[in-house]
Amino acid sequence: MAGLTINENNIIGKCAGWFKNTFNAKYWDSLKFSLYCITHPLDGFWDLTHEKRGTYAAANTILFLTILIRILKLKYTSFIFITVYWEELNIFLYIASILFPLALFVIGNWATTTLFDGKGRLGQVYIGTCYSLVPYPLMQIPLMFISNVVTNEEAEFYSVLSALSIVWCGVLIIAAMGQIHEFSGAKNILFMIFSLFAMLVMVFILLLFFSMISQGVAYFYSLYREFMFRM
Amino acid sequence: MKMSGFKQLKTLGIAAAVAAAALAVPMHAQAIEHRTYTYIYDYWEEVQDCPNVYDVYSVYTSSDLGLDKRMNSPSGLYVKDDHVYICDTGNNRIVVLEKTETGLVPSDIIEKVKGAPGENSLSGPTDIAISDEGNIFIADKGNNRIIKTDSNLNYIMEFGLPTDSAISSDTTFFPNKIVIDTAERVYCIADGINKGLIKYEADGTFSGFVGATKAAYDWLDYLWKRFATQEQLDRMQNDVPTEYDNIYMDYEGFIYACTGRFEPEDLDAGTVDAVRRLNLLGNDILVRNSDIPVYGDLYWGSAGGYSGPSYFSDVTAFENDIFVCLDRNRGRLFGYDDQGRMVFAFGGNGNMDGYFRRPVAIDHIGYDLIVLDTLDCSITYFVLSDFGKDIYGAIDKFDEGDYDESGALWEKVLSTDGNYDLAYIGIGRSLLRQERYKEAMKYFEIKYDDDNYSKAFKEYRKEWIQTHLFATVLVLLILILIPLTLDKIRDMKIEIATSDVFRFPDPEDNMTREEIREYHKKQRQEAREREKAKKAARKRGY
Repeated sequence: MAGLTINENNIIGKCAGWFKNTFNAKYWDSLKFSLYCITHPLDGFWDLTHEKRGTYAAANTILFLTILIRILKLKYTSFIFITVYWEELNIFLYIASILFPLALFVIGNWATTTLFDGKGRLGQVYIGTCYSLVPYPLMQIPLMFISNVVTNEEAEFYSVLSALSIVWCGVLIIAAMGQIHEFSGAKNILFMIFSLFAMLVMVFILLLFFSMISQGVAYFYSLYREFMFRM
Repeated sequence: MKMSGFKQLKTLGIAAAVAAAALAVPMHAQAIEHRTYTYIYDYWEEVQDCPNVYDVYSVYTSSDLGLDKRMNSPSGLYVKDDHVYICDTGNNRIVVLEKTETGLVPSDIIEKVKGAPGENSLSGPTDIAISDEGNIFIADKGNNRIIKTDSNLNYIMEFGLPTDSAISSDTTFFPNKIVIDTAERVYCIADGINKGLIKYEADGTFSGFVGATKAAYDWLDYLWKRFATQEQLDRMQNDVPTEYDNIYMDYEGFIYACTGRFEPEDLDAGTVDAVRRLNLLGNDILVRNSDIPVYGDLYWGSAGGYSGPSYFSDVTAFENDIFVCLDRNRGRLFGYDDQGRMVFAFGGNGNMDGYFRRPVAIDHIGYDLIVLDTLDCSITYFVLSDFGKDIYGAIDKFDEGDYDESGALWEKVLSTDGNYDLAYIGIGRSLLRQERYKEAMKYFEIKYDDDNYSKAFKEYRKEWIQTHLFATVLVLLILILIPLTLDKIRDMKIEIATSDVFRFPDPEDNMTREEIREYHKKQRQEAREREKAKKAARKRGY
């Protein structure tokens, strides 16, 4: 392997290049900035988009961590808090149970706010939402370990902290949307509610769509069967 | 229907629900209708086949017993010592059987009492109870009285319609089921009286109602009724407390009361109890420590022409606190232990031995079960199987404090049936009593028994900290000391970086001593300011 050189033309070089480009100083800086965002939501989320302190790479990392922790929780949280019926667990469905509502929210929020002077772009809404999820992995990782050293008398301690991480995320999402779209408090809350309605509408349309498609497929399939039968 | 899966997964529940709805996830698979005679429900509320806990010893019909005439819709069953009393309601008499080596044989027939002020012969007796003194109490329904006689059937007294403002005096008294306590107080269920159990003192005075079920109160119902018209109100069901169907006085003097009259939705919502254990004040003290509710079958789908929940028609309790409920809907028997956990479920509707057509009453001799079928006019005598003997033995040994033996018997149960949940918990509990916490935790975890697991874990944790006291203290110390030392190291670094030794002015400057001192002073001042600025920047974050 004497002739092996690593340059931008071979796969190793390309990977290394991608790594270097993705996990650069800007990436680490933007990832660290998420910690500033969760403690200073208003200030932080303003800078996130207006000062371009956030990156897609960091947002993706946070989302990935959130999903990862949510899956690890199933296995490593004490059975006092979570009992899992492994036989019926579909991991893809489980991942979808986070990604799908997230996608619905991002699109729904952008679609409604963009009609009413919302300053945020779709990507910015996505980054802001992902940055709001930081408290979840941040609190759930230690909680996962704590759950294994408490008895059910001390379960309240876990439950309260666990609920707190969710509430914190919720507050951050509201704050983030307000700052990204440059909305006032009342308008922001109103558009959060609109976003939820938009999500419901989208779910409805999707259900309709899938049901129509499956009916259509069933029609052509039965046609095919009939045809083959008569041949 | 029950939906299992993630029992306590609440976080981001809405999100999951949205996803589930959108992707049309199949819900919990339909429960497989059980294949074996005996079964239990596991933690996930799945039906698990189980070896027989009880086997049929014999089925006795009227002709098997050699009775002069066929029993006619018998409705009551009572056991005192070795004697079984069957209230042959349609024939206006009570058939007494005796348990012998060869099974049950008829020993007596009670048709009339002696010296009663009214009618001497019985009319449609529905229940009987016998005190320790030998006095006999008969619910003589057709004659609207509860009659008390001595052991030779000589009339002593009778109990009639209770005088209470809640009951109009022209009500006809139809006593249906009775139990008596050690002081010969009588508790009675009478048709059409839903205030609870009628309680008479030993001298015959009515002393009140006991254990009335609370009428379910619902603010939504209330609101609805506020706006309903009179016609709608009339059509609506009244919020009346449920009537009890049957009662049983256990060896401790507590009354097990069951009911089969409720709306299935109420049972599902938990607003009515199918079975209760009443103390003297009439409060329900039944322990329900299991996630599986104490109301019989969990799956109510229509199968074989029977649908709806289990409707309990009678209940009996052993001396080991296992109580058995009789379901008249599907003809099944459900056994629960003192914690309300299911021990067994078996039976069914049919004509074979061990199946019923309309079971109405249950009682027991020792650990044997006797079930009366009113349509079949037969009684079925069940005895414990070897498997059942192991289970009961393990429970008894545990109560006696013989934890080793109890654990060994549960192991034996487990070797017969690896799906028997109580065995795992039983082994765990005996290990817990033997202070083998780590092993106990393992067994509790298998069957998700968090209460017992926590008990074991608490002890284990205490033990662990005691044995690792030094390590624990060390870790705590390190956790506190490391940040402190880090700070110290940083300070030292600053001190070194700014110390005079490394910051001599250039010797070629030819400074005087005074000037050198002045120079160093300035250097230190600058270093301090640099540090201050750095710290401030760190505090700001960015």
